[in-house]
Amino acid sequence: MKRIPLAQASRTLRLQVLRHNPRDPASEPHLQTFEVEEADSMTLFIALTEIRERQDPSLQFDFVCRAGICGSCGMIINGRPGLACRTLTKDLPQDIVLAPLPAFELIGDLSVNTGKWMRGMSERLETWVHNQGFARLDIDSLEQPMEPALAEQIYELERCIECGCCVAACGTARMHEDFVGAVGLNQVTRFRLDPRDERSDAEFYQLVGTEAGVFGCMTLLGCEDLCPKELPLATQIAFLRRRMVAAG
Amino acid sequence: MTGQLDRGPARADLLQSLTGLLLVLFIWGHMMFESSILLGKDAMYWVTKMFEGEPLFGKPYPLLVSGVAAIIFSLIAVHAVLALRKFPGSLRQYRQFSAHMGAMRHADTTLWYVQVVTGFAMFFLASAHLLVVFLQPDNIGPYASSDRIWSGRFWILYALLLVAVHLHAGIGIYRLAMKWAPIPAAGSKAMRRRLRFAMWGIIVFFLGLGSASLVTYMTIGRDHADHVGERYIPSYRLNSHHAVPASE
Repeated sequence: MKRIPLAQASRTLRLQVLRHNPRDPASEPHLQTFEVEEADSMTLFIALTEIRERQDPSLQFDFVCRAGICGSCGMIINGRPGLACRTLTKDLPQDIVLAPLPAFELIGDLSVNTGKWMRGMSERLETWVHNQGFARLDIDSLEQPMEPALAEQIYELERCIECGCCVAACGTARMHEDFVGAVGLNQVTRFRLDPRDERSDAEFYQLVGTEAGVFGCMTLLGCEDLCPKELPLATQIAFLRRRMVAAG
Repeated sequence: MTGQLDRGPARADLLQSLTGLLLVLFIWGHMMFESSILLGKDAMYWVTKMFEGEPLFGKPYPLLVSGVAAIIFSLIAVHAVLALRKFPGSLRQYRQFSAHMGAMRHADTTLWYVQVVTGFAMFFLASAHLLVVFLQPDNIGPYASSDRIWSGRFWILYALLLVAVHLHAGIGIYRLAMKWAPIPAAGSKAMRRRLRFAMWGIIVFFLGLGSASLVTYMTIGRDHADHVGERYIPSYRLNSHHAVPASE
């Protein structure tokens, strides 16, 4: 006879959150423990929201989409980077330690300024389509068609949400602050694939053919393993490395 | 964008990988020949004389072995100087990396650190081994090597070198594959699993083979301890008319 499964006894989660406000000279970084009753299908984002609404409205953490698309809620969860909205509490132990992503400017508590880092990276690597013809572009005319397979390949890399998890998961980036990270190398690969971008490999080499670029990567593969979007970063970086060696 | 490309980073990265690959292939061959002692003293004697060029020139030239040792030492020097670029360069970087590694609990990040430690150890261990081979190339043979290992207490060096070199080489060849190989994104996870399995298989195989050889040399050396300096005479020469008595 089939039985209806009874609800399991819920756990009381102990969330230890690294608290610090860098704009307050009196603020000292410390761990603050919050207790939350675990609910069915609870995500870390839900747990944090509950803490903010019911226990401590001063707790800072970022979110927008709650669905793993905006990349705002990246944080260190028990030592590893991940998205709070994509992390189910049932996959975590009862004691959860949360810290802000390293390598980015701290805004406060779990909130970091990934946008500033990403913009700097984007400007440095010129991650936009370079095309002389754009100045004379007739926006009423039909675009050149693209092979569906290539469009899909570009789209696959375009899925990056710039959450910063790959940078926080990278041993190289942790040691060398100027390293562009998997996010940067992935974006360069994306434009290298794009036929609308007229840049040559030699021009891409000028951007990433350095030890802060693709030749700084030590293939520790933390980026590949911790990417919340499961992008094939190792494959892309290996591709870019081969292209850049051929160009260099 | 114009201007001369700085090809240094590309060449350094490629050369580090190429010298590493050559050294891995060399050490695997080395293990195969060295473990000929498992097939008996005659087999090891034959291999020794083969490398001294006896089948080719009619008499042995141990200087050939010195030449190979010099080439390998040069390869190690080039590989080491290029690999040093990747080592943590300051106490701050060491602390950053070890904190990151401890928090991440990520196999490939930890394996990189194993390579740093074993690589550093080999600056000394491999140099000591190569110096002996370079200066005393005629001191290799079933008894000569066993005496050095047992009565000369070189087993301490070889035991440490065995572990260091095979961890470093096994992890290194896996990293080389992930770094350069064009692995299609679709099957990259499965391919990486296979590569990791192969890596551990290779490490276990060569550690097993090397340990068995080392123990065999130690056993022969212990039994031969009262006759240190005596050279081995292969059974096929003992039975011939030209046998030279082992009088040394």
